[in-house]
Amino acid sequence: MSHITPEQLSEEAKKLIVDYLSKIDELKTKDRMKIPAQEMPAQDPEVRSHNLDEVALGYTIEQARIEAMRCLQCVKKNCVEDCPVKIDIPRFIDHIAHGDMDNAAGVIKEASLLPAICGRVCPQETQCQSNCTVGKALKDVDKSVAIGRLERFVADWERATGKISIPEIKPATGKKVAVVGSGPAGLVVAADCRREGHHVTIFEAFHKLGGVLRYGIPEFRLPNDIIDKEIEVLKAMGVEFQTNFVVGRTRKLTDLMDKDGYNAVFVGTGAGLPMFMGIEGENLVGVFAANEYLTRANLMRAFEKDKADTPIYPSKKVAVLGGGNVAMDSARMAKRLGAEKVYVVYRRTEVEMPARKEEVAHAKEEGIEFLFLQNAKRVIGNEKGRVKELECVRYELGEPDSSGRRRPVLIPNSEFILDVDTVIVAIGNGSNPLISQTTPQLNVNKWGNILVDETQKTSVDRIFAGGDIVLGAATVILAMGEGRRAAASINKMLADDIEKEKIKAN
Amino acid sequence: MSKILFKKQLSNDVYMMRLHAPLIAEERAAGQFIILQINEDYGERIPLTIADADTKEGSITIIFQVVGKTTLQLSEKNVGDEIPALVGPLGKPTHIENFGTVVCVGGGIGVAPLHPIAQALKKAGNHVITIIGARNKELIILEEEMKAIADEFILCTDDGSYGRKGLVTEPLKEICERSPKPNMVIAIGPPIMMKFCSLTTKPYEVFTQVSLNTIMVDGTGMCGGCRVNVGNEVKFVCVDGPEFDGHKVDFDNMMSRLNSYKELEREAHSCFLEQEIKNKEALQ
Repeated sequence: MSHITPEQLSEEAKKLIVDYLSKIDELKTKDRMKIPAQEMPAQDPEVRSHNLDEVALGYTIEQARIEAMRCLQCVKKNCVEDCPVKIDIPRFIDHIAHGDMDNAAGVIKEASLLPAICGRVCPQETQCQSNCTVGKALKDVDKSVAIGRLERFVADWERATGKISIPEIKPATGKKVAVVGSGPAGLVVAADCRREGHHVTIFEAFHKLGGVLRYGIPEFRLPNDIIDKEIEVLKAMGVEFQTNFVVGRTRKLTDLMDKDGYNAVFVGTGAGLPMFMGIEGENLVGVFAANEYLTRANLMRAFEKDKADTPIYPSKKVAVLGGGNVAMDSARMAKRLGAEKVYVVYRRTEVEMPARKEEVAHAKEEGIEFLFLQNAKRVIGNEKGRVKELECVRYELGEPDSSGRRRPVLIPNSEFILDVDTVIVAIGNGSNPLISQTTPQLNVNKWGNILVDETQKTSVDRIFAGGDIVLGAATVILAMGEGRRAAASINKMLADDIEKEKIKAN
Repeated sequence: MSKILFKKQLSNDVYMMRLHAPLIAEERAAGQFIILQINEDYGERIPLTIADADTKEGSITIIFQVVGKTTLQLSEKNVGDEIPALVGPLGKPTHIENFGTVVCVGGGIGVAPLHPIAQALKKAGNHVITIIGARNKELIILEEEMKAIADEFILCTDDGSYGRKGLVTEPLKEICERSPKPNMVIAIGPPIMMKFCSLTTKPYEVFTQVSLNTIMVDGTGMCGGCRVNVGNEVKFVCVDGPEFDGHKVDFDNMMSRLNSYKELEREAHSCFLEQEIKNKEALQ
């Protein structure tokens, strides 16, 4: 596939839009279906596989308006149904089509606090874009209206024009909310609770804010500027931040209430403990959890080799195990760090890969090789205890099971050797044991995930939880959805407290 | 931000500092560690054991040896300077009870983390036998402090420049041969010393606890860089440790993992030193 330059895409859109604008309010479904889907402008793969700059560059205003005109403004809004935070998608898209970005931003903000982030990292093809009428009619989910790209366009436009508004804060209530973890769930809780006039402190274990948005997702997918901007808004709202603070260790969870006077606590500590394959040789030098590899490169800035004190393993040939977004991020980061060959080893086929489609496509363009229906069996080391090779086995698709899915079946004696010096394991995370170890009264399931009710309340009074620590490894938007629900519960609980105090006072 | 309240050079390349950290001082227990950074943007996160704490002053004591760029930069800081990032206490505290007779073996800089543990064991009523060792007299630290809490005290140097000549494993073996044998051994020091202490006590079946200091990034269980083989299990030093049964730890694997970045670090360290020398020359 040849790379279409952003300039070409922009020129094309400028030509097309003239015609559409003249009849914008007369466009029939038939006409809209004929409007060409707009490609996302992207950095040239050759260039970008050596830098950390964002790969997807965002639509031009013409592209955004053309793409927005593809929306049929359905009465039954499948897209809204499939959005975890229920953004009124057709309404914001209609504003874009008419060039009214202020109102488009307003509609998104009613439901989502962090559109610049979600527009970039949400798995739209399995959410809002999965049942889009346009995509269904064209029998191709890739032809659905590019809702995520439009969301991103609006958020970027808002940022670029300096129109990000600081939400209004209600008068101080005197109540204090502690938020543990500054990832997507925590940021949403902080914003929603602060708006109600409560004093909010976010506690972060790392020296930088943003949680997985910062240490996990690389800058080529989500630039740090975007995270910084969102955090600036929270700071301007009066949210306090405490970095280098490990709740559970620096302070016990319950001590935040008993000793420090917080009236409610939200636990959004994220996934945590990386899982390993449990195969021979996994502790050899050169085998990394994706968490470690990405944290070194992203948070610790090891990508900037001449500036950073934190080293990163010098790899020439890398095998990444797994098929999710973290696997894609690791593979693409390894390439950017100078690896000549990068393989993604995945036991199933491309269809089952949980990664965002766009990331898989980008990875392929950057020269990442995908080894489907293959899996790691053993890591082989040299005399110095360093990775020398990876022994893999092949699978084939067997008979469909009861769910209709064809399961991978091991092919006997199919072992083969992959010549690699580095193995990155990206097969998911267990839950972080720190909070539960130090808060025995908190109920967790057998995997260590915190148990909550439908209001995100835990087994301990006044403690709420959400995001990956509850869900297991999930997505940014689901974490935000849980944060939103938890904040509503906390706000209600604190409002009841205030009400009771008033009655008592009288 | 954490201010340096006190600084003292203990030996050629070993320093002691007291840092202002009231919350850590209040929560910490023997066996736990902190992670610090000299620079929040590009600095490395390094784990260091908490050697002591003073809740009145709101301070913790760290003792460190200059082994690389970050520890060198730290050693150049002075009283009144700030450490930009300090987080802790991390790791599980040492389990303290009256075990009976406990042999506390400290090698080199390992005496620093051993001191609060020996202190707590003594306080819990144990008969504490202390063996401390180093390559030579110059590298012995905390001799008086360890002596003060020990019921029996043995000091060794490899070169015989002070105390008994030989390795700490020699007196350790003799103590294991006593009747009754000791109830427990705690060995903290360089990996090779902990490995041989564990090998020494194994035939006598004396439970031997070691405290591991592996490569870490976050120190809260997230990165998995600190993993070690313990028996048939993979354990994370930061959340499952830092203390483990020395008879079960795969020290050889741990030592090779500790060397993961040796070449890169050596390079960085020498580049940094060259630059420092140039800077100093430029000033003169």
